[in-house]
Amino acid sequence: MCRHQVGCCGSGLRCCRDETCLVITQGEIVSFEQIGILHKRFKQLSHNEETLRRDHFDEIPDLACNPIRAQIVEAFFDKRNFHHNGEGTVDEIGFEEFLVVMSHFKPPKLHLTEEQRGNVRREKLRFLFNMHDTDNDGTINLEEYRHVVEELLSRSGALERETAKGIADAAMLEVASISMGHMEPDEFYEGITFEHFLKLLDGFEIESKMSVRFLNMDTTTLCK
Amino acid sequence: MGTSVFSVRTKSGASVLFAIVLCCCCAGGKCELQESNPSAPTNLQTVKPYLDDINKPQAYPEEEKASLPVFTMDYPRIQIPFEFTLWVLLASFAKIGFNIYQKITIWIPESCLLIAIGLIVGAIMHSVKEEPPAVLDSNVFFLYMLPPIILDSGYFIPTRQFFENIGTVLWYAVVGTLWNSIGIGLSLFAICQFEVFGVQDINLQENLLFASIISAVDPVAALNVFDDIGVNEQIYIVIFGEGLFNDAVTMVLYSMLAFVADMPVVESTDVFLGVARFFVVGVGGILFGLLFGFVAAFTSRFTSRVREIEPLFVFMYSYLAYLVAELFAISSVLAIITCAITMKYYVEENVSQRSCTTVRHVVKMLATISETLIFFFLGVVTITTEHEWNWAYVLFTLLFAFMWRGIGILVLTQIINPFRTIQFSLKDQFGLAYGGLRGAICFALVFTLPDNINRRSLFVTASIAVIIFTVFIQGISIRPIVEYINIRRTNKDLKTINVEIHTRVMEHLVCGVEDLCGQWSHYYWKDKFKRFNDRILRRILLRDNRAESSIVSLYKKLELQNAIELLDTPMGDLSARRSIISLHDEKKGASRPKKNFLAADVKKMHDILSKNMYKIRHRTMAYTNKYQLPDNSRAREVLIRRHASIRRSLRAGSFREQPEHNISKSQKYYSLQPGGNLESEFPLRRRNPAPEVDRLLPARSSTRSRERRLNTIEELGSQGESPAASAHPHTSSAGMSSLDESLRKAPVAAPRRRSSHWAGEDEGDIGSEDPVGGGELVRPPHLPPPRGCRAPENRDPRENEAGNPLLRSSSQGSRASGRF
Repeated sequence: MCRHQVGCCGSGLRCCRDETCLVITQGEIVSFEQIGILHKRFKQLSHNEETLRRDHFDEIPDLACNPIRAQIVEAFFDKRNFHHNGEGTVDEIGFEEFLVVMSHFKPPKLHLTEEQRGNVRREKLRFLFNMHDTDNDGTINLEEYRHVVEELLSRSGALERETAKGIADAAMLEVASISMGHMEPDEFYEGITFEHFLKLLDGFEIESKMSVRFLNMDTTTLCK
Repeated sequence: MGTSVFSVRTKSGASVLFAIVLCCCCAGGKCELQESNPSAPTNLQTVKPYLDDINKPQAYPEEEKASLPVFTMDYPRIQIPFEFTLWVLLASFAKIGFNIYQKITIWIPESCLLIAIGLIVGAIMHSVKEEPPAVLDSNVFFLYMLPPIILDSGYFIPTRQFFENIGTVLWYAVVGTLWNSIGIGLSLFAICQFEVFGVQDINLQENLLFASIISAVDPVAALNVFDDIGVNEQIYIVIFGEGLFNDAVTMVLYSMLAFVADMPVVESTDVFLGVARFFVVGVGGILFGLLFGFVAAFTSRFTSRVREIEPLFVFMYSYLAYLVAELFAISSVLAIITCAITMKYYVEENVSQRSCTTVRHVVKMLATISETLIFFFLGVVTITTEHEWNWAYVLFTLLFAFMWRGIGILVLTQIINPFRTIQFSLKDQFGLAYGGLRGAICFALVFTLPDNINRRSLFVTASIAVIIFTVFIQGISIRPIVEYINIRRTNKDLKTINVEIHTRVMEHLVCGVEDLCGQWSHYYWKDKFKRFNDRILRRILLRDNRAESSIVSLYKKLELQNAIELLDTPMGDLSARRSIISLHDEKKGASRPKKNFLAADVKKMHDILSKNMYKIRHRTMAYTNKYQLPDNSRAREVLIRRHASIRRSLRAGSFREQPEHNISKSQKYYSLQPGGNLESEFPLRRRNPAPEVDRLLPARSSTRSRERRLNTIEELGSQGESPAASAHPHTSSAGMSSLDESLRKAPVAAPRRRSSHWAGEDEGDIGSEDPVGGGELVRPPHLPPPRGCRAPENRDPRENEAGNPLLRSSSQGSRASGRF
């Protein structure tokens, strides 16, 4: 699985705050204030408990309108995103896991070598791939891909399910053509492997798109 | 008369000497004009109407006093439009001229070439003591030349990227322009204090006015270069937006300072009033733009019955916004930009596809003409106008313009960078600074300077020097430099469905995570606006207000593009020879737009779309095809020739439900019968779908001999083709043609037999070609044939999933996992 550990687990600073012990590689995810903000937010979401459960996520009003809400929430409970090489899901996460998942969204640094950039890309794409690959078999098969597209379009109103299906199928054909090139007619494209996924989104600037600026402001008061 | 000369020479293909020929033609045309009006040679200062000339004797007045004239000329009557037409034609021919040679425009920006040709024409005109037309009269420029350029930029601004970077864009445009104006103005004023330079009489207001003029960057040339080498989209959009909005800021500053320059004394309250006015003008412009944009969108809701005049509304409303803003002396540039951005989204969904294309083309065309003319006149006027050359002032202007731009970008980026998710590196900043060429706006503004500015001609000279310096030196060197320092690039041509899907996934993902962190940023606002838009705006402004995701629209666009491509491709009664020629044409056509980025966003878009679409289709075919097609281009030809039959084979064959897994390859693919007889069967079957199922089943379970017979042509083709292609890639085209011919018989035969239904059938045919669905053939007969653009929606809901090989892999992957 993902061996490109850029996460927060390693040697480094140790900070204790509200009995939550964190081991953070210095400068990796965000600054101390940002961790503070995220921690405050975590406490707020979990109603001052130490762990966050799925139903806590359901209470976020803005998230309720997000078409891929289920996938986003699921990503927070997916062991694959914790850098532990684990699989499967958990029922509740502590602040450390929350932070580790969040760290997938940190913006790339200004100066990156090509190798670093590649690693950042791989890491982010891996997160995305895991999000799509719900059954964790290493491929995104058509069912899963269709599910993604259907979810994506689920808020678009009067779209028929068939359209979403058609789009997913066309997209899959495209993947097949990009990654496999010529195929024999009795061959079947089994699904998108991670390598194909990398190839597929080759020109897609994920390192800049999949990034959230954890602002140095206390936003907890702004949002409910 | 001049026109016919032009066109004849153009057709004769004297392309090498084209520019020179043009100039000769022009001079010739001009001379003819002079000769044709010998009675009033002094009045050829053109554009002013010949009011005093009307009463003068016309041609042949003495000879024929009373009798009816057999031949008369009334040149003054047509002079203005006539000469205008000639100028536009001349400029356009120049553009054609250097677009014939792609290599020139790659290394030398088009604006340079236009200016150069303008210089030549100007020299000729100067030598024959001809005055250029007064096109750059203030009113002409602001009311007729500027709006198309701005409309074009506003209409074609990449909306998503623009709004993602709007803060940075406005930061650079507003603060950067102010910075430049004030910086350059003050430094020049400091220079004016030195007696050695002899420019003490220029006061502060005039310096500031001049500085505001030359801080208008016009990044057309830089944008073309950036577009060509695919620089990352952040830089691109920032330069694009900066150029656009800084026009607005410059115009506001200019009008303010032109007013201030008149005032004998400037008091401190005037400064505050000026600042207040700055905001009033800006906000007012945006409000007017929004108003007219929404009205335009609303109007376009009702134009479905009058498709002919549909495109007109776009132009009329945006022009109206511009004019009304001018009327109230608020920022007309901002008004027209906002109007264009606002209405584009809604209008393009309301109007028909054709109107949409028309609008895009006309917007592009008007802007191109306008810009071409301005650059062209820049060259002409450089020669013909009076100059006042002051080494010190001109050189210092150049230096300060360059310096302040550089420092400005550096400083402003340091301030904005902490607020950006993706920060600008030093290289990016260099690109931004170096891309700040001066151009059309600057030139036009300096020419509209009022005459009461006492060193007007010095300003004109200095501006032209700055423009020519930046356009020539920076414009030519920017490509090698940017390529050398290797600015972060991005692949802008990604228009695949997967990328679109993931763009959206990413948006929602980031938005969701932002919600989780409880913070507001542009994704948050985007999300909010989208909801507001879906709930309210779309219902009011759109006729068909079903919310449509961008994925769906891209998908439809690709579908439609493919349909159009197939329709456009000749597949009728052309001979084999003609088909080869058309193949060559196609190749040329495919390679040309690749480099023809100048002026042709639309074209490029279409090109990308069609190519991608083609790729999907082609790969689809290769993917289900038994034999390998030798070459992409030829494969394409074959594909198009046989599109109908291949589609059917896809539908009827490999995408159809096939219960047995171990069907032979040939059977899967070749459930299509090659040859005319099947083609004649198909239309019948389409109208009459019931027997279709019956036919397919026997076909599947038919004997091997029957399959053999069906496959002969195709297999022969593949066998005959592949060795030829590998051995003699050039000579194989002959084999191709014969193959083509044999294959093409099918699509030709069918339409003839059903000639009366031809058009309708064809449309339905294309519309029904969805990439995966096998449902078309089992569609009940009472369903109307689907329109091209509605193809995905009309998919038969009972489409059989198991027929899709992709799905088969997934649904049966678990069962057959042992095999895989």
